[in-house]
Amino acid sequence: MPFEVYVALRFLREGRTQTALILGGATVGVAVIVFITALMGGLQSTLVDKTLSSQPHLTLKRPERVARVLPAAAGEAVSAVVEKVPERIRSIEQWQRALRLVAGAPGVVAAAPTAAGSAFASRAEVSKSVAIRGIEAESFDAVVRIRRKMVAGRFRVQGTEAVIGTVLAVDLGLAVGDKLRLATAEGRQDVFTVAGIFDLGDQNVNQRWVLVSLRAAQTLLDLEAGITTIEAKAADPFTAEAIARELGPRTGLDADSWMNVNAQLLTALRSQDASALMIQAFVVMAVALGIASVLGVSVIQKSRQIGILKATGTSTGAVLRIFLVEGAVVGLAGSIAGSALGAAMCFGFAAAVKNPYGEALFPIELSPGLFLLASAVALSTALVAAVAPARHAARLDPATVIRHG
Amino acid sequence: MGDPALEVRQVRKDYAAGEVVTPVLHGVDLVLERGEFTALVGPSGSGKSTLLNVVGLLDRPTAGSVAIAGTDTGPLDDRALTRYRGRTVGFVFQFHHLLPEFSALENVMLPMMAGRGRADRSMVECAGRLLAQVGLGERAHRRPSELSGGQQQRVAVARALAMAPRLVLADEPTGNLDTRSADEIFALLRTFNRTAGVTFLVVTHDTRLAERCDRIVELVDGRIVSDRANGRPA
Ligand SMILES: Nc1ncnc2c1ncn2[C@@H]1O[C@H](COP(=O)(O)OP(=O)(O)O)[C@@H](O)[C@H]1O
Ligand SMILES: [Mg+2]
Repeated sequence: MPFEVYVALRFLREGRTQTALILGGATVGVAVIVFITALMGGLQSTLVDKTLSSQPHLTLKRPERVARVLPAAAGEAVSAVVEKVPERIRSIEQWQRALRLVAGAPGVVAAAPTAAGSAFASRAEVSKSVAIRGIEAESFDAVVRIRRKMVAGRFRVQGTEAVIGTVLAVDLGLAVGDKLRLATAEGRQDVFTVAGIFDLGDQNVNQRWVLVSLRAAQTLLDLEAGITTIEAKAADPFTAEAIARELGPRTGLDADSWMNVNAQLLTALRSQDASALMIQAFVVMAVALGIASVLGVSVIQKSRQIGILKATGTSTGAVLRIFLVEGAVVGLAGSIAGSALGAAMCFGFAAAVKNPYGEALFPIELSPGLFLLASAVALSTALVAAVAPARHAARLDPATVIRHG
Repeated sequence: MGDPALEVRQVRKDYAAGEVVTPVLHGVDLVLERGEFTALVGPSGSGKSTLLNVVGLLDRPTAGSVAIAGTDTGPLDDRALTRYRGRTVGFVFQFHHLLPEFSALENVMLPMMAGRGRADRSMVECAGRLLAQVGLGERAHRRPSELSGGQQQRVAVARALAMAPRLVLADEPTGNLDTRSADEIFALLRTFNRTAGVTFLVVTHDTRLAERCDRIVELVDGRIVSDRANGRPA
């Protein structure tokens, strides 16, 4: 064993109270970092997952016709309110070509054509306003993972099959195999059979979406062979906005991303990140100051031992390293203990805080990378904190120490 | 027979505290031949400890030169000085100065570990042998706090000899001991001097012990005032 490590370990073992203090500080620091990061990570990915479960990453539509405001003459006040011109739903021109462009764009993993419009769904006397979505089962499932979210029946939209959400099923008293009438404001209507019921985790979607075949929707919405929307999934959801910016001009369509639609959520997440980082930075600082001051006191208390070590052949560099090793050992031990404590806190939190159904509110994300990061922070903090005390120790003059007993 | 164990030439030492400069050693010359066992005596405050620190390379002289075993130590930088001190000089201090965190055996091993940068088996054997030689073979694993004053000082003697030094400097090694323990320690130093040929410079107030040395050097006010061979050493 290296001499410095031998002496450092012994000093730590014999300085029980002080060692316990700095080890406790490092442990709590690491635990807090692990806990906060895991908590935030779990919370945020749950929020993002929930948001994305019923939402495509990218949506491309035909540009809306807007009444443009004519350029105002100088000094003339102009109403800047721009109103949409009501018009019948119009198809995307040459949508197969646009779809190929979207599907082939870098970062896009799936693209699906959709014919969307509104209609009334009715059974017996009850009628509800719904959103018809004409889809191809395979491509839609690739964009919005719905097959796994079926709670009854199957995800199938062949012929006159329809797939509806749990809330609409309750509202209309529908079960798998029941008939459902869809009618548009223009008066076209058709009868569908409920093939399956989904729960996408969003009240509004579960209440409003009626998924039918592309063909059936095109007929109901009078789109001939056209579609209204191209939906796509990005490999990394957080690149969606950049992809949308690029695809818009290339396709001549209005491209929108979930990030734009949920800008407020993302801003909230970012400020949450920033405040978590701040809390962690203060914890690290407090731990560093604690380690530095306790090690500082121990160096002063050990002046005599340091003087003797130097008088009996220990070099200045070795004395410096002894105290740096003390810091490193504390950082390392604190990392291990703190990781364990942090993980325990996470599991305790998950067990204690539950939703009304007795499920954990969100999954806690504990990755090896997180423990590595926390350990690296602890180790470097402890090392940096040990530098000043170690230098003080290294500077002690053995002759002075020996003389004064 | 080769270079002397110690050769001190015109050593001066001043202590500066702010503006005030206190001269402590005023040009000391001292040569110790190999295997000599010398007593350094003198009134309190005469500069004996200061001389020992300078000779033992714990402190640098203000002027003059210190050569150990023929090597002039002046040109050595701090690192080299520490290394050279570790290999050639052993110390026994008045207040034994053992590390309370380590066992007797480990205290003896510390200079070896510091010298080689690591701990290994051979050091345990070597330190164990030294402790047996000072009569503490049975107590090797005791902490200093579990040993009597005389026993602690014997551990310090074993530690001073751990690196097989040419020169051992002892600053009032028996100053805090009862007569019997003092005699035992002194006899121990004499044994190492006779069997291993180690050169000793021992500061003592005890004239009875000084009379048992080969040579007696007296320091007064930072000057050597007498230096005589002892006719009837122990
Ligand atoms: N670090 C120092 N600073 C100032 N004066 C010192 C220092 N060390 C020793 N002295 C002075 O030097 C003189 C000699 O001290 P010392 O060598 O300890 O004498 P001795 O060991 O013979 O009693 C004393 O007057 C002491 O006060
Ligand atoms: Mg003295």
